[in-house]
Amino acid sequence: MAGRLEIAPEARLSVRSPSTAFAQIESGIFYAIVLILSVLFAFPFFWTLMTSLKQPWEIFAFPPPIFPAIPQFVNYPTVFALSPFFRWIVNTVFVVAISTIGALLSSSFVAYSFARFRYRGRNLIFLLTLGTMMLPAQVTLIPQFILFHAFGWVNTLYPLWVPAWFGGGAFNIFLLRQFMLSVPTELDEAAKIDGASPIHIWWAVIMPLCKAALATVAVLSFINGWNDFIDPLIYLNSPNRFTLALGLTFFQNTPETAGMPIEQLLMAASVMTILPCVILFLAAQRYFVEGIVMSGIKG
Amino acid sequence: MATAAMKPSPARKSPALLARIVGASSPLETADALWGYFFLLPWLIGLIVFTVGPLIGSILLSLTKYDVLSPPKFIGLTNYTTAFFGDPLFWPSLARTFEYSVVVVPLGLIGSLMLAMLLNRGMKGTNTFRAIFFLPSLTPTVALALLWTWLFHPTVGPINVGLRYLGIQGPGWLTSQHWALPALILITLWSTWGGSTMIIFLAGLQGVPDALLDAAEIDGAGRWSKFRNVTLPMISPTILFNLVLGVIGALKVFTLAFVATNGGPSYATWFLALHIYNEAFKYFRMGYGSSLAWIFALILFAFTFVQMTLSRRWVYYAGSEQ
Repeated sequence: MAGRLEIAPEARLSVRSPSTAFAQIESGIFYAIVLILSVLFAFPFFWTLMTSLKQPWEIFAFPPPIFPAIPQFVNYPTVFALSPFFRWIVNTVFVVAISTIGALLSSSFVAYSFARFRYRGRNLIFLLTLGTMMLPAQVTLIPQFILFHAFGWVNTLYPLWVPAWFGGGAFNIFLLRQFMLSVPTELDEAAKIDGASPIHIWWAVIMPLCKAALATVAVLSFINGWNDFIDPLIYLNSPNRFTLALGLTFFQNTPETAGMPIEQLLMAASVMTILPCVILFLAAQRYFVEGIVMSGIKG
Repeated sequence: MATAAMKPSPARKSPALLARIVGASSPLETADALWGYFFLLPWLIGLIVFTVGPLIGSILLSLTKYDVLSPPKFIGLTNYTTAFFGDPLFWPSLARTFEYSVVVVPLGLIGSLMLAMLLNRGMKGTNTFRAIFFLPSLTPTVALALLWTWLFHPTVGPINVGLRYLGIQGPGWLTSQHWALPALILITLWSTWGGSTMIIFLAGLQGVPDALLDAAEIDGAGRWSKFRNVTLPMISPTILFNLVLGVIGALKVFTLAFVATNGGPSYATWFLALHIYNEAFKYFRMGYGSSLAWIFALILFAFTFVQMTLSRRWVYYAGSEQ
């Protein structure tokens, strides 16, 4: 012990301490890099928020002030006064809620079929389902438009949510089917012996067991619905029917009123459009990450 | 129970034939199979009405001249020859799309991988940083386009103001014919670097066994050598996945360009997807639009196919015999 102590301190000093110092400097550098990157990623949001609180004369002032002289929270109510913004929120919430519910119910319904029943053609249809994930939307967009046009659904919200009730999308089906395969069959077997019908088993046994995967489907479907632009663009014509994503571009093209800049209002509208996504993400980060990782596993 | 009564009952009529059709070997299995079809029904309808039907429809439409108002007129392959030889915007739009993708895909992948590796060091606050990096990818593309249009404002946008302090006269960005495409590329990179690509890389990196890295280190491998010879092969399936999705995503670029530049100035950002949209929904040339959409789809399939074929040479599947 004593002998070791005699040699060890020097050895430690010469070998270990530079490397720990180096490791510390190194992790310091990496920390700095991550901090700088965070600022770069967050800055556009910060600038948007600041712009949304500025007075009209500050918009084109040079050099542009970073902070508004007096924060103009009134810009937010002004957005509602100058455009059917409230209507757009209602439309968007309606479409997103109905299509998310539809996606949850129908994709779990179909996934249950793929995961628990045996029938001819199952694997073929499943492969076909995976194949549709590769298909660019542009190929089906035009005939779909003609179809919905024939239904008289142009300039209504139906094209935005009805498809979600018929399977809820290939990816959601895939995700739930994988999840259901990992759920042990004992519970549904037991329910079957107790005389429960498959519909009852799907609703009362399978659905509760798949809560985590369903949460993932719900958040992804919410974000997709909230961000969807091309469908509203194609189907909706009158401003009262717009969703938020489409409404923002309408706002963008509003002629400037009496030469007054409207950028602060446009930014306020953008903030209100972005905010729900951010809140949802912060509340349900885990489910986002799981859903994305899940999509990566199949590759 | 009311639901039990809904159970498809034709099974009793001719069990043998029905069992053969559904691929079952006993009445119990037949009932099971019928329930399977029952649960499949919504998707079967959805698949036929919203995907397979339109798919066939668009092939047929691409052989016609159709403006919604008058009935479609069969014109053979004229739409395709028009695209290749008679449309002054087709080749330029394809070229713009490729120029955009050739930059966005590799820089996007490398950036996402580097961010993932930074986060994989397990430093304090990793979750917070991951959230900050991820937020741009959550932002609705329309809002993204609007806020970057404002950031890129030629005179009062913070980017050009910042450049001015450095003594650089910033370009007109989205309003400049030369800088609009680079500007869109910058926006895309900012919004996708920390997105799902990074999350998937992060999951891939976490799947690299420490034992392998330690073994390499004991063998005297340096940092680069460990990365090149252990990490990269181990995450190569993840790279392939992100590459395939990245290429598809880049070639499909639409909303950003539609909102930020609307294809301009002077068609500098007139991407193929934008061209399809304008032909089909602005000028209501549905037949021609469909033929463009199919050319577009075939390009996507070709790229994916080539990547999957080439991947056999560089993707390593640990512990798989395939």
